[in-house]
Amino acid sequence: MSTTTVAHHDEHADHPTGIMRWLTTTNHKDIGTMYLTFSLIMFLVGGCMILGIRAELFEPGLQLMNPDFFNQLIGVHALIMIFAALMPAATGFANWMIPLQIGAPDMALPRLNNWGFWLLPPSAILLTLPFTLALFGIGDGALATGWTFYPPLSVQGGIGVDFAIFAVHLLGISSVLGSINIIVTLFNMRAPGMTLMKMPLFAWGWLITAFLLIATIPVLAGAVTMLLTDRHFGTHFFDAAGGGDPIMFQHLFWFFGHPEVYILLLPVWGFIPQILQTFSRKPMYGYKAQVYAFWGIGALSVVVWAHHFFTAGLPVPALLYFMYSTMAISLPLAVLFFCWIKTMWKGSMSFETPMLFTVGWIILFGIGGLTGLVLADVAADAQYHNSYFVVAHFHYTLFAGGIMGIMAGVYYWLPKMTGHMYSEKLGKTHFWLTAISFNMTFIPQFFLGLAGMPRRIPDYALQFAEFNMISSISAFVLGLSQLLFVYIIITCVRGGKKATDQVWEGAEGLEWTLPSPPPYHSFTEQPVIK
Amino acid sequence: MVSSFHVYVMEIKVENNSTSPDQQRKLANKKLGFKLLWVVAGSIAFAIALVPLYNVLCTLTGLNGKTKTTASEISNTKVDESRWVTVQFTSSVMPGLGWNFYPKQTSIKLHPGQVETVLFEAKNITSQVVAGQAVPSVTPGVASIYFKKIECFCFMRQELQPGETKVMPLRFFVSPELPSDVSEMTLSYAFFSADKP
Repeated sequence: MSTTTVAHHDEHADHPTGIMRWLTTTNHKDIGTMYLTFSLIMFLVGGCMILGIRAELFEPGLQLMNPDFFNQLIGVHALIMIFAALMPAATGFANWMIPLQIGAPDMALPRLNNWGFWLLPPSAILLTLPFTLALFGIGDGALATGWTFYPPLSVQGGIGVDFAIFAVHLLGISSVLGSINIIVTLFNMRAPGMTLMKMPLFAWGWLITAFLLIATIPVLAGAVTMLLTDRHFGTHFFDAAGGGDPIMFQHLFWFFGHPEVYILLLPVWGFIPQILQTFSRKPMYGYKAQVYAFWGIGALSVVVWAHHFFTAGLPVPALLYFMYSTMAISLPLAVLFFCWIKTMWKGSMSFETPMLFTVGWIILFGIGGLTGLVLADVAADAQYHNSYFVVAHFHYTLFAGGIMGIMAGVYYWLPKMTGHMYSEKLGKTHFWLTAISFNMTFIPQFFLGLAGMPRRIPDYALQFAEFNMISSISAFVLGLSQLLFVYIIITCVRGGKKATDQVWEGAEGLEWTLPSPPPYHSFTEQPVIK
Repeated sequence: MVSSFHVYVMEIKVENNSTSPDQQRKLANKKLGFKLLWVVAGSIAFAIALVPLYNVLCTLTGLNGKTKTTASEISNTKVDESRWVTVQFTSSVMPGLGWNFYPKQTSIKLHPGQVETVLFEAKNITSQVVAGQAVPSVTPGVASIYFKKIECFCFMRQELQPGETKVMPLRFFVSPELPSDVSEMTLSYAFFSADKP
């Protein structure tokens, strides 16, 4: 490195250009950008799949597709949204923001980081390839079991199941690598003086997510591997005829599956209070209480899994245990809700797009949480299990609680990442379109579920027609509104009003002390925290 | 993995000679990274260990209605004449097995401790020799460990000639230790194909 270029070092960073930059990069900002871009693309892919479903459900009867293809779309939609849209979005933010927030020059294990990302595109291809193969007469399409892979259906299914199993393996390795990297970064790379209890809440949320991931993803990998050996190598893990037990798969799957919900939400719970304090212009309320609530939720999340199959024939003492422990999760969550509201209380609030998304998020995620309490009730669950009520419930937690939270984060940090302000007018339009069409899509589904419409069924009885029609039309509005989101992001990356270093008047934290956009290598000299 | 770990250990030894803070940190990061891999290994081991643990738990407690797959001894023959238990029988034939299979009587009323024999009939309706295996399950699950089979056609696989009809006995008793709130139980048999495909 020539000494004369030192002054311009940051602007003309020592990295290859073109495609090689992205293939070989070990820079946390580049990798974060790739994660976020990948996530956005897969969000649209998964969205198109579900619009196919909603088009079929627009009116009773089978119009557009056969039931098998319908089932494939449902299962792959869920896997894509969970593993390829929500998780990479959270990991992308972690890559971009954790080093900036804790004053580290980069992630701790940069090459592992690159590998973690580049496992994602192949696994997305593995998941969706069976659709294309089926067009050429190879196999009978993608996984048609729903994302939960329940045997015996998944043992009998076609090659789509094998593709999905390998995709889950790759996604699992990617998440585990990403998590190890984040834990090491948070433990070893914090700026001098930044104790664990001074870390930004986003870092705390991710720390617990990362521990949950490395503890539960291997259990999922083990379960689907047993499925694979049942399918091809004559084992009988889940085959009753050979002494196995299909219910055991449900235990293994949901031992991973329930913590997964909190894996998706904890990073969001991390940055939501940061947005709230920025736009309320006062410090967040109850930082310590929120950290302890994170720990409580993390611990409870691994001991409540069987509430996903209350109707599978569990003994009464087990039902009671899983009901009470599930309901207990609402206690730390209530602490979080209280802290969020108290942070806004008597603040000088302003409602820019990130704040709109955040406030909307609190309300909608609250609905998701309360309907979850209804489902946690064993007696009530017998009616709601496997109905559209469940579908509406988890979309309130994962679309509103997950994706709308991520969108709040995107609008909050986009000016920092790109150096340009996005169009506030379009951002607000995007929020209102999303919030209204989201509710119009899923409120009818609560009623459909109460009335007894089962999920994952391509046809339905005539009395469900009106609610399904409202839901389908709103789903298309919701889907099309996301094109506006893409447009806002692209125009913001390309140009726009220059963002200041602090971007938002009330923003506090190390990431806001850097220029917008931050230089390619930031915090090479670590700041000292008092 | 062992060999790559070895390579890293060697690297660590080499790097120990240099003591710049940057390299020290890299070293510490690698070390912690490998320590976390043990957590991953631990949870893989946990997932595999869950299979036998689950089966042991189910046989011990009778969760999931699993009954023993071997014959029970008639150890406690004291019949508790103060109470009655109704045992219902249901049957099903799983896909891939061309048999008719049903219990000769749908239910029986007996005292705990009383030994009874009930008959099941299976008929091979195909033109081939077919083997099947019956898998029992008791509902409610808590009652399953008190349901004691002395002799059962489900202990081994059954083979039927083309068109053959076989009447198969089940000799059993209900243990007098059956919880007092259980007065009714259902024994369900599912017959699976036991032929190699």
